[in-house]
Amino acid sequence: MTAFWNEFGIILYATLVYTPPLLYAALGSCFSEVSGVVNIGIEGMMTAGAFTGTVVAYYTSNPYLGFLCGGMAGMLFGAIHAFATVNLGADQTIAGTAINMLGPGIVIMIARVLYNSTDTIPLSAAQKIPTLFKGMFDTSTVFGRFMDNVFATYASTYLVFFLVILVWFIFYKTRFGLRLRACGEHPQACETLGLNVIATRFACVCISGFLSGLGGACVTMATSNQFRPISIVGQGFIAIAAVLFGKFRPQGALLGCLLFGFCSGLKVVLGGSSGVNMHLISMIPYVVTVIVLVLFVGKSRVPAASGKPYIKSK
Amino acid sequence: MDKKKSIWTIISETRIIHILLSILLGFVVGAFFLVVMGLDVGAAYGRLISSVTSVKGFSYVVVYGIPYIMTGLSVAFSFRTGIFNIGAEGQFVVGAMAAACIGILLPNLPPVVLIPLCFIGSMLAGAIWGIVVGFLKNKWGINEVLSMIMFNWIAFYLSNFIAGIPAIHSDGTAEATKNISANASTLLSKDLISQLGLCPTANWGIFVALVMTVIVWLVIEKTTLGYRLKAVGANKFAAEYGGINVNRSILTALAISGALAGLGGALHLMGMGGRISIFSSQEGFGFAGIVAALIGCSHPFGVFFAGLFYGALTYGGSKLNLVGAPTQLINVIVGTVVLFIAISVVFERLKYVQFKKKPKPAAAQNVKEGTDK
Repeated sequence: MTAFWNEFGIILYATLVYTPPLLYAALGSCFSEVSGVVNIGIEGMMTAGAFTGTVVAYYTSNPYLGFLCGGMAGMLFGAIHAFATVNLGADQTIAGTAINMLGPGIVIMIARVLYNSTDTIPLSAAQKIPTLFKGMFDTSTVFGRFMDNVFATYASTYLVFFLVILVWFIFYKTRFGLRLRACGEHPQACETLGLNVIATRFACVCISGFLSGLGGACVTMATSNQFRPISIVGQGFIAIAAVLFGKFRPQGALLGCLLFGFCSGLKVVLGGSSGVNMHLISMIPYVVTVIVLVLFVGKSRVPAASGKPYIKSK
Repeated sequence: MDKKKSIWTIISETRIIHILLSILLGFVVGAFFLVVMGLDVGAAYGRLISSVTSVKGFSYVVVYGIPYIMTGLSVAFSFRTGIFNIGAEGQFVVGAMAAACIGILLPNLPPVVLIPLCFIGSMLAGAIWGIVVGFLKNKWGINEVLSMIMFNWIAFYLSNFIAGIPAIHSDGTAEATKNISANASTLLSKDLISQLGLCPTANWGIFVALVMTVIVWLVIEKTTLGYRLKAVGANKFAAEYGGINVNRSILTALAISGALAGLGGALHLMGMGGRISIFSSQEGFGFAGIVAALIGCSHPFGVFFAGLFYGALTYGGSKLNLVGAPTQLINVIVGTVVLFIAISVVFERLKYVQFKKKPKPAAAQNVKEGTDK
């Protein structure tokens, strides 16, 4: 029984480590997609945030500032995407692909100039995002040990769950939320009612970049302690998948990311203890996602104006 | 198309001029970054050009370009049929693995049997990988982008798993498969390579890629099948109303798209390494295919040249270290090119403003071109 609680605690801990980067990015993706701008550049924005976060934290020794700057870096690429797609009416998929090349390209180039290597210098424990509740529980009891395992996670984890609630509130309980959802459904109607579609979408894509940047910073400043070119690889796309999974709702994205995070956690524990091939175990999160989709989720409705550039004169 | 039109009219009406302008701007932005980093622009670009213009260098470009052309064709084909094949990566991987298995397990077949067998196996594997996604979409309405992202990773781990099976895994210490049989290799003969001064991995895969380019063009432009698929891509409700079976068209499109990417995997394997390594991360051929399709405007011939262009940048970029410039400069250049291609619609709108008083009578033709997007 003790062993079970220990392992279960570790699985939950791993879930809480794997979920946040995806969830930050997925929340960002929600903003962009719901306002009607397809953003497949999430991956590039995450990479920019991951790099900037570690560099700033390394030089200032202030993890919070680093985390924030990671978000700002993501936002910068979000602004490029927004300018191209919202203001100039560029094809959103093409522009997103460009961001996915530019983001990693530029930051790795800077890394080469700063460190003469594609990796950054590892952060010390003080420069990383702190763990808030580690060591607060009495580890001598089974329950205490379980709690200690689970809550050994980083401050960024707690923030992201708070953000889910905040984003849900913004989406469904505020005027801005109603407007951004309307922009994704029928921009012409919004414009007729005196709403500035361009500005709303621009803001949403920038927010999407900011949150993706935070997600990236989460990977390099909490999960690991340095930026490497393979830090992010694929996570941006998984976040997009989580949003599609959650039918473009923040609470749905939360479920998608948790499912994925939990399966990744399972992977860590199973990979260590069982004799099953590691590569087959690594497949679990992806296979489970497809199965859950088939069994429980099914068809998702894309926002009506998604992917179509809005041109005012039309 | 009117035969009296000069070549310049055709160039200005198609997007070739935008592409060339975007490429130029990409290099300008790349130069800007080089200056900011305090590096010699002339030396870096000089190196880039000199490394791809020699006979040996150009043969490298062709070899590097083959997988990009094939995944590019795959993505371009899917774009024309209204699907975004973000899953070319997975289809490429399973195609390569299928070809590797055939090439390793049936080593004694003569090349004339074995090579086509590898091609067919890889195309089947890629097609199946595409069809599964289409099936999930048709049967349960699952978003194809979502399932393709999942299947890319499933393919990746499946490939790693198969590479670890004793019958396939290398006998040595390498974390890779065995080498495929020499009978399955598409490499040119050693004598020919040394005679022409080509790179050691020069192979005839490029001719397969060229043939596939022409076939894809024929299918899209000249057959009923292509017309049907394009109709579904343009407006699936209208297509359905017109009596086209939309679900079957989606399956067909994904199968063809997957087969192209799968064949790309086989060509890459049989011409380059001859074995598949166990990777820790995806190699990004699918993503490169998206880029090639975008630069090539989703036109098969455009994709062929875009694939070679991307191959040239990849190979030339790997030589940039020699002059102290980071290889990632290539990503920045290509990213900028793609970004400018994306916003090149703005140029079109400017043109519209300029000629506003004199509207073109080519409205009918615009409609035709509109479906090509």
